[in-house]
Amino acid sequence: MYEQIAANKRKTFLLIFGAIVLLGAVGYVLGLLYASGPYGLVGAVALAIVLSFTSYFAGDRIVLASTRAKQVTPQEQPRLHNIVEGLSIAAGIPKPRVYVIPERAPNAFATGRNPEHSSVAVTEGLLETMNRVELEGVIGHELAHVVDRDILVGTIVATLVGAIVLISEFFMRSWWWGGFRGRRGGDRSGGGAEAIIFAIGLVLLVLAPIVGQIIRLAVSRQREFLADAQGAMLTRYPPGLASALRKIGAASAIPMRSANNATAHLWLNQPSRIEGEGTGTLEKLFSTHPPIAERIRRLEEM
Amino acid sequence: MPAWLWIVIVVVVLLLIGGILVYNRLVALRNRVDNGWSQIDVQLRRRYDLIPNLVETVQGYATHERELFEHVTEARARAMDANAVPDQAQAENQVTRGLRQLLAVAENYPDLKANENFLALQEELTGTESKIAYARQFYNDQVMRLNTLIGSFPSNLVAKVFGFRDREFFDIEDPARGPSVVDFPG
Repeated sequence: MYEQIAANKRKTFLLIFGAIVLLGAVGYVLGLLYASGPYGLVGAVALAIVLSFTSYFAGDRIVLASTRAKQVTPQEQPRLHNIVEGLSIAAGIPKPRVYVIPERAPNAFATGRNPEHSSVAVTEGLLETMNRVELEGVIGHELAHVVDRDILVGTIVATLVGAIVLISEFFMRSWWWGGFRGRRGGDRSGGGAEAIIFAIGLVLLVLAPIVGQIIRLAVSRQREFLADAQGAMLTRYPPGLASALRKIGAASAIPMRSANNATAHLWLNQPSRIEGEGTGTLEKLFSTHPPIAERIRRLEEM
Repeated sequence: MPAWLWIVIVVVVLLLIGGILVYNRLVALRNRVDNGWSQIDVQLRRRYDLIPNLVETVQGYATHERELFEHVTEARARAMDANAVPDQAQAENQVTRGLRQLLAVAENYPDLKANENFLALQEELTGTESKIAYARQFYNDQVMRLNTLIGSFPSNLVAKVFGFRDREFFDIEDPARGPSVVDFPG
């Protein structure tokens, strides 16, 4: 357990370092293209540092806001609060804040930077479909992520990747619309800038699969098996989580509007965004979870 | 300085470092055990607070169960007076058993089961029962670690020098684990 915590802290450092280097490189190239000297590099590194700080200190709030999660009181959700409190006693950590996400698909995630600053969020669908034992299994899994500091890596990845996705989309769109305008109007003065934006867009397009790979490396599938096992150690009842996973698997066709590729790895199970389809092709690229049947099998063997 | 003196100095320094590490580990575990115990205490107190409320609510509907109410109230009083860990565990078992009976009795009164106040109390009780179980689980885990460290060589030497003692396990019946009767009425 202590090795995992140390490994996760190391990963966090590498991720932040990598983001600074990556953005710095992009800034450097930009600076060369615009012939503005070191300003591109300095600006990009500054941006990367600000991004890293933000994702470390406010990552949990950003992730929670992006899923439209709402904090709930013990009076509103007595059962959920009782379970979270009980299992955090078992895990020996402070009680995390409790959130509910307005989604029909049953799913859950944990976020934060350490056990003292952590949150657990579950969807309305989860609360509706799970009985107490199953809910305990799910919360046990999430608290295992909290104890191991998986939430730190996961949250940093979510916010950094989210920022990169946002920036790349911005460039792709401005190239797309700018390109149309340029061609129609015959305005040639913007040609240089357009080419640069096009180049950045292309680079980021190539980067996207690499980013997906990075996520997979940072948040390996092994983590999910481990959290399943540790969660079962907390509840001392593996069939609870197994049964919950079975229900989640059965409901995997329900789409989740609030999930995206940047946060996919945080969820209890890979969320799907496409109606009727288990997992879309684009999601496969960012596939971060082991197959649910395999997880159930391992839980049943415990 | 002769070589043997150097060797002696190095050995002494290494032993000191090892001793300090073991001592710190012992202190950390002792604090975790104490913390675990206070967690159990908090939850047990919460349960004591719930009992009079619950008895009163059930009493309003199930008037013929006087003996049971008295039994639960008595068990509560005895548990609150208990001091040593084994006594406390014993007394808490009585409380747990009484409460289970009380909830089983409640099953026979449909009006009571529809009472919102009773349902809220039942959720609180179920939650508290499982928190007691989890707190006990945490406490016993930490006691086991501490006792293992105190019992094994060479950490037992450090433990002896600084007077670390084995702690007692808190053994109560597992109340709300797995699909329980308390949890799924009807």
